Amino acid sequence: MMKNRLTSTRLFALLAIISTITAVTMAQVQPARAQLNVDITQGFVEPLPIAVSDFYGATPEEQLIGHDVAEVIAADLERSGLFRPIDKGAFIQDPAALRNVPRFGDWRVINAQALVSGSAELQADGRLRVEFRLWDVFGEGQLTAFAYTVPPSIWRRVAHIIADNVYKRLTGEEGYFDSRIVYIAESGPQNRRQKRLAIMDQDGFNHQFLTDGSNLVLTPRFSPSLQEITYLAYVNRVPRVYLLNLNTGQQEVLGDFPGMTFAPRFSPDGNTVVMSLAQQGNTEIYTMDLRTRQVTRLTRHPAIDTSPSYSPDSRQVVFNSDRGGSQQLYVMNADGSGVQRISFNKGRYATPVWSPRGDLIAFTRMSGGTFYIGVMRPDGSGERMLAEGFLVEGPTWAPNGRVLSFYRQMPADARGKQVTKLFTIDLTGFNEREVATPIDGSDPAWSPLIQ
Amino acid sequence: MRLKFLTLIAAASLLGACASDPETSNSGTGSGAAAPTTDSSAGSTQTSAIEGPTPGTQEHLTVNVGDRVFFDTDKSDLTADSREVLEKVAVWMNSYPVATVTVEGHADERGTREYNLALGERRANSVSDYLAALGVNPNRLQTVSFGKEQPAVLGSNQEAWAQNRRGVFKIN
Repeated sequence: MMKNRLTSTRLFALLAIISTITAVTMAQVQPARAQLNVDITQGFVEPLPIAVSDFYGATPEEQLIGHDVAEVIAADLERSGLFRPIDKGAFIQDPAALRNVPRFGDWRVINAQALVSGSAELQADGRLRVEFRLWDVFGEGQLTAFAYTVPPSIWRRVAHIIADNVYKRLTGEEGYFDSRIVYIAESGPQNRRQKRLAIMDQDGFNHQFLTDGSNLVLTPRFSPSLQEITYLAYVNRVPRVYLLNLNTGQQEVLGDFPGMTFAPRFSPDGNTVVMSLAQQGNTEIYTMDLRTRQVTRLTRHPAIDTSPSYSPDSRQVVFNSDRGGSQQLYVMNADGSGVQRISFNKGRYATPVWSPRGDLIAFTRMSGGTFYIGVMRPDGSGERMLAEGFLVEGPTWAPNGRVLSFYRQMPADARGKQVTKLFTIDLTGFNEREVATPIDGSDPAWSPLIQ
Repeated sequence: MRLKFLTLIAAASLLGACASDPETSNSGTGSGAAAPTTDSSAGSTQTSAIEGPTPGTQEHLTVNVGDRVFFDTDKSDLTADSREVLEKVAVWMNSYPVATVTVEGHADERGTREYNLALGERRANSVSDYLAALGVNPNRLQTVSFGKEQPAVLGSNQEAWAQNRRGVFKIN
């Protein structure tokens, strides 16, 4: 056990208990025939006007929950850049009347293309039942409907799951709102920067610090199970890769290596951590099987080989190496064979991360004093820059592979005042948004969808 | 790797020169206002008479020899200036054989975090290897990399970056 004290341990205990998910059907309304679709592959698209009504509640308490759920759904959809929630002040039909069936004319008048309605009910057993329906206003039909029965404390998760359903039904892609981000919370001047592990929902809520800042921590990454995080910590000024179990709060050093271990990342099945080991001035890539603790060396080269990331099928690893004279991206087979360089344009390339869809690799590029976040195909073709700045670094994929998060660092002033912020951006390079955090942030890592 | 071998050869030839005349090189570096070493070993209470840092301490090294060397952008090979400093450090370490040193490798902020950790480790080892080649017992040398995490000079400009690309000697 290390000195880093957890400020919270029972993080995910509540998260596995969406107890009832029911498909709700309505006999009296025909399914929509019209094709209400949002094409998210076209770069900038005009956001789809959508009305998210407060969910109906019979009591003031239920009304409040119904209001809050609608707010979270609308905020998720708005932040995606693909939807434009309509101001509720314009709504004609109220939640109680909407509970039965929409008066579609009332929603057409305010030019809502889609409508989200629902209800919140606190049951006698203490659980919360949230029902929602998605409507095609111009096609006058129901597109989808579900009900969830959960502990009231996780109402925000239900709202995110509903937003994911809306996103999926209207874009054809999986959503990403029911997910979390682990990152490094930062404060203080450049030379005395305090860094703490922190975790939050993707919209910045339910924020928690996981360490107290007594040790320098860097580069956290989620396991696919979401129960574990691997990261770099300096304990007694010795840098090593650690594992943190979010359920138990247990932290352990990963392996007993003779040098500095860093740049850890889980394999897609969560059973392996791939990382770098630096020894006597040479950095190589190794894997450790978490069950057998067997260590395998993947690279053999006097250059720096670091920042490994598995392809989603686990067959390949993309990594960063200066074996060609400067930092570039390389792909190798998972056993270390068949190394091929994939980045060839001007500048240095770093921090490659394979998309969960497998189709792209995101990276940091440095060229002419500017930093970029970009993507390319795994064969190196189709390179595009999405964001740029004095310092942008460390892209991480949303679980649907359509959105990236990264951090921006502004130039420090002469007194060492430093500002670092988290952002998200579309794969198309549009819709860059800051992710609000209590203090500065860096090194974001997006979780998979919560199961 | 080739570079490393070249520096080792250079270091070995210098070592010959230093070892031949330990007395003079000792007085040449550990000098200044420091009191005779007999004072400290005798545990004298006349501390008011001693000026300057206690010999063999971090402060003594910093004041009399220097506690750091600098690197070019994305480089870990030692400059002529760096080698000069390291030669004095080696002599100093051989004068105070009890001292053990951790060599910290640092990078400026103009790189990515993980690569800079590797670069810092490479720099620390480049320094440590040279000291070993100059005759410092490797058992007295440790290395650690802080990447771009601990800048020495504040600000985001060329001058600050040049001073932050460094190897630092920390007496344990």
